[in-house]
Amino acid sequence: MAEAGLAALWLAAAMALLQLIGGMTLLRGGAGQLVPLIKPAAYVQGALCAFAFLALMWLFYVTDLSVLLVASNSHIDKPLIFKLAGTWGNHEGSMLLWVSVLSVSGAAIALLEKRIESKTLNAALAVQAFIALGFFAFLLFASNPFERLVPAPIEGNGLNPLLQDVGLAFHPPTLYFGYVGLSIAFSFAVGALLTNQVGPAFARAMRPWVLAAWIFLTIGITAGSYWAYYELGWGGWWFWDPVENASLLPWLAATALLHSVSVLATRNALRAWTIMLALVAFAMSMAGTFLVRSGILTSVHAFAVDPERGAFILALMLIYTSLAFVIFALRIGSVKQGEPFQLISREGGIVANNIFLSVILAVVLIGTLYPLAAEAMGDKISVGPPYFNKATVPIAVLLMLALLIGPMLRWRRDDLKRLKYWLIGGAAILLWSGIAVWKFAPDVGLFPLLGIALSLALAVAAWLPLRGRKLLRTPLPMFGMVIAHFGIAVSVFGMAAESGFSSETLTALAPGESAEIAGWQVKLDDVNPVVGDNWVAIEGELQAVKNGSAFVLRPQSRQFYRPEMQTSEAALLTRWNGQLYAVIAQPDQEGDGRWQVRLWWKPFVPFIWYGGMLIAVGGIIALLGRMFRRAKKPAKNKWQTT
Amino acid sequence: MNRPWLLWIPLAVVAFIGGLAMYGLAVPKDEQVHSAMIAQNLPAFSLPAATAGVEGLASGDMADGKPRLLNIFASWCLPCKAEAPYLEALKKAGIEIDAIAIRDRPEDVAAFLNEFGNPFRRIGSDSEMAVQLKLGSSGVPETYVIGGDGTILYQHIGDIRAEHVPMLIEKVNAAK
Amino acid sequence: MRMLALICLMLATPVFAQGSGPTPALANRQLPDPAQEAAATNLMHSLRCIQCQGQSIADSDAHMASTMRAEVRQQIAAGQKPEAIRGWMIARYGEWVSFEPDMKGAGLLLWFTPLLVLIAGIWLARGLFRRGA
Repeated sequence: MAEAGLAALWLAAAMALLQLIGGMTLLRGGAGQLVPLIKPAAYVQGALCAFAFLALMWLFYVTDLSVLLVASNSHIDKPLIFKLAGTWGNHEGSMLLWVSVLSVSGAAIALLEKRIESKTLNAALAVQAFIALGFFAFLLFASNPFERLVPAPIEGNGLNPLLQDVGLAFHPPTLYFGYVGLSIAFSFAVGALLTNQVGPAFARAMRPWVLAAWIFLTIGITAGSYWAYYELGWGGWWFWDPVENASLLPWLAATALLHSVSVLATRNALRAWTIMLALVAFAMSMAGTFLVRSGILTSVHAFAVDPERGAFILALMLIYTSLAFVIFALRIGSVKQGEPFQLISREGGIVANNIFLSVILAVVLIGTLYPLAAEAMGDKISVGPPYFNKATVPIAVLLMLALLIGPMLRWRRDDLKRLKYWLIGGAAILLWSGIAVWKFAPDVGLFPLLGIALSLALAVAAWLPLRGRKLLRTPLPMFGMVIAHFGIAVSVFGMAAESGFSSETLTALAPGESAEIAGWQVKLDDVNPVVGDNWVAIEGELQAVKNGSAFVLRPQSRQFYRPEMQTSEAALLTRWNGQLYAVIAQPDQEGDGRWQVRLWWKPFVPFIWYGGMLIAVGGIIALLGRMFRRAKKPAKNKWQTT
Repeated sequence: MNRPWLLWIPLAVVAFIGGLAMYGLAVPKDEQVHSAMIAQNLPAFSLPAATAGVEGLASGDMADGKPRLLNIFASWCLPCKAEAPYLEALKKAGIEIDAIAIRDRPEDVAAFLNEFGNPFRRIGSDSEMAVQLKLGSSGVPETYVIGGDGTILYQHIGDIRAEHVPMLIEKVNAAK
Repeated sequence: MRMLALICLMLATPVFAQGSGPTPALANRQLPDPAQEAAATNLMHSLRCIQCQGQSIADSDAHMASTMRAEVRQQIAAGQKPEAIRGWMIARYGEWVSFEPDMKGAGLLLWFTPLLVLIAGIWLARGLFRRGA
């Protein structure tokens, strides 16, 4: 099986090469004989890669220990789900997953995409083949997942205990799916540039891929944040750590791209912008992968770090992005300006969205790389949460303001006077909630206050684009947008409430003693040892009482062996208005029988992740809407010839 | 577009980031946090004895005109065991060594000295790591060269290996 | 068998131990004055742990982080200003220990980045509107 998988990979690489050469003859202007082979090559490449990936999965399923990758990442006693997750829970397998998804997507495009000219489609497929070739080279020469191990061991090495967590087993592939989607957007953008077809048809073809990528990234970041929240044990949910930033950067670019590609698809404007953002989004996903894998920046979440492989990813990233930007610089001059619009218009609002998102992206990127640049100059400095919060939140406030008004504006030109009652209403909500929060808690910070006021206003304003519409005849993507924007309001409300109004109690309790936090009486009933598969833990039994209702929380302090590692499993009690977060840590002082207990009451904190999920749901609804519409009627090609 | 050079900015940014990333990969990352207290006076401290039979350590004890080494160690730290023979060698070379034991119990320190020998003149017990923090020290083991006037001259991070011994002797002698 | 393994592990603490000193009193206890505690917490979130380098001392289980938290709370309780305490840490570990770079030298550029990028973005975008219908 391993040999068959490897052979499939080589053949797939050959197909990709064929696609690339076909694409090059196409661009030479010649109607080369290879051109008609591009699409079939894409199908075959997709099928071969899918086969190779399934072959690897099979090897993990049967735990074929004569394969090095299986032997070093799996174990005969592991639960089936983690055996299968082991397929991509390591470097080689994750790269194979990456290239497989890429190839299968390529086949899907070749099969389904009928809206754009075949020349552009072929060029896009060739670009994709070029990207895939880089990863094939990486797999075949530097990280062969099918390498045999002689002699075969008897039971296998196991898997990083932290990765034996359902959340973590599915977190990296989620992000990878997002990255692959962005690579497809990139291929479309470069293909359209090369064949001079930067117009609405291209935008419509690219949009579902951007949307899908963005949905995966949204889910990945939301889930990652929640995981860090309950696993790291100090109640934080975003640390501005390099690895977190690496996942945020592509999301920011994808969010901006999602908006500008809509403008291009419906209004035929923002052509150069959209191309630029498509290139940046893919560059950011490669840069993110590089930052995570190379370990050049110190991170809490660093595992699977390998500088040599980092160098390979860096080389690929530099080749793809610099070639793309050279093409951009040479060709964008021939892309004509799109349809004009005024500052006060839907397009204007989306330009504001794009600018603010790009500024946040630039700040996060510069802040993340700054210590490295400073070190090159001989300074050792750190850039962390205080900087990122202070530097990005004001821009996010501007972004929220644009979001309050933008979706209500008409395309092309509008007059704020038309919306004056809504604007006055919105300003009233802002002012009222701002003052109310300030009255309630005069010493709350400016950011939480603004965040609560803005999110309340947005929670109303998000629904306004639906006013005056017949709901049954409203297109699904419109609902998707409204829900996603409402999700932002929900999420920002959670962030603001958490950062402004959390309370904290740090204490040490002996069994029988209790502590107080935000109206809760928390009593430590008992402390017991607990044993897991590869860890031992101290489990505290806490009883939390408020207004007569009692709840039991069981936080653990886990000690893993092989490899040694200590983790806190926080216990969370979710109420409608917040979460009680309890952690048990070490014995306080030797011999006094007390345990360190940390308690937080975090008002409305789950809203952060509810909001994130709503945003993703909005994206899914929009994506379904686009697919249904396409199935019902072929898209109008009003702007086809430009 | 009337400003063609603008179009090349993205490429320049890619080149810059690429250069930075290559630098990051090529230059081995310095994971150590170096003390910023070099060339400054020892912070004032006074630590009780870490174990019976060896006196405790105060900052004043090290400003007696004689340059020396200050070793930060702990009985529970593996590299500290590995560096014990080289501390012994330094002592044989006539260098006076004081020590601070981090988060340690008297009986553990005694057992450690029993097993690996005692090259130290004095050992202070820093059970809460407070003095370690004052020194700008980031872990165990570390070894400082202290001038005769109580100035911190040099910080060696990590265990002392054979190749460090002549270097440390030279640093101490240079301070005389 | 499992229970036996557990007991062995419990007895074999030195394998995992980072020593056995007392934890400083203020490492995991709040200051009685809420305003002082808020100032201390705020500062702790902006200081980098020396031992586990990716985290702030407010989010870390490392012993060094405990010691640093205790130091911060002690100095705050003694009436010290947070910025002075940051200076105290920087004097010992260099600029590296602060997650919030100073607004001077290399850090100055960093703090002006958002503004510069915003201006550049607006400047780039202004051409889009000019030909407005």
